[in-house]
Amino acid sequence: MRVLYFAWVRQKVGVAEEEVSPPESVRDVAGLVAWLAARSPGHAAAFAQPRQVRAAVNQDFAAPDAPVRPGDEVAFFPPVTGG
Amino acid sequence: MSRAAPTIRVQAEPFDLAAESAALAAGRVDVGGLASFVGLCRADDGLAALVLEHYPGMTERAIARIAEEACARWPLTGCTVIHRHGRLEPGAPIVLVLTASAHRAAALEACAFLIDWLKTRAPFWKREEFAGGTERWVEAKAEDDLAASRWDDAAAARRGETP
Repeated sequence: MRVLYFAWVRQKVGVAEEEVSPPESVRDVAGLVAWLAARSPGHAAAFAQPRQVRAAVNQDFAAPDAPVRPGDEVAFFPPVTGG
Repeated sequence: MSRAAPTIRVQAEPFDLAAESAALAAGRVDVGGLASFVGLCRADDGLAALVLEHYPGMTERAIARIAEEACARWPLTGCTVIHRHGRLEPGAPIVLVLTASAHRAAALEACAFLIDWLKTRAPFWKREEFAGGTERWVEAKAEDDLAASRWDDAAAARRGETP
């Protein structure tokens, strides 16, 4: 599974992307967040306030209960501020 | 009325409003109005530059979806969205939205809709750099969510629902 980070989420995690293999018990975005947060202090800081972090699965915005599977591209980022 | 496919570009380079406008009307005689919105970088609080980050791939897809929604809601003959990324200094153009239609109301409304939804649904993030070397990420604004939500109401009203 490919995980991408953007904006301050990327800065806190310390990398722009990483390849991860979460256990089978990780089935949705919220589960992946909980699993990722335990990987390093940087991950923990990025996900300290999960409500401030948005997600996309395979480049579509995704809610916390959206399923994630091996091979997916999952991205985490703050609320968008373009325009 | 034939509908042209939306033109969508995410690029570091500046854009040419006159050339993009001309392209929307070129070779057709059914366009009665063109509406445009250009977003510029403002120098608030001693801002030295904005740095815009995006999600290559998803950003283009998200804008394409917003443009499809605009084409479904209004009878547009064409529309163009160009959004820049990278480091932009005060005064620099950031985003261009152009809409073309047989009549002005559709062009003007669709143009406002596009920029409102772009602000809340397209994956871009702005970081502000200040003269003293400090920087901060721009936070999402409640008024942008409110501006975007008025189009939810507008769609509901058109369907005869009470918002």
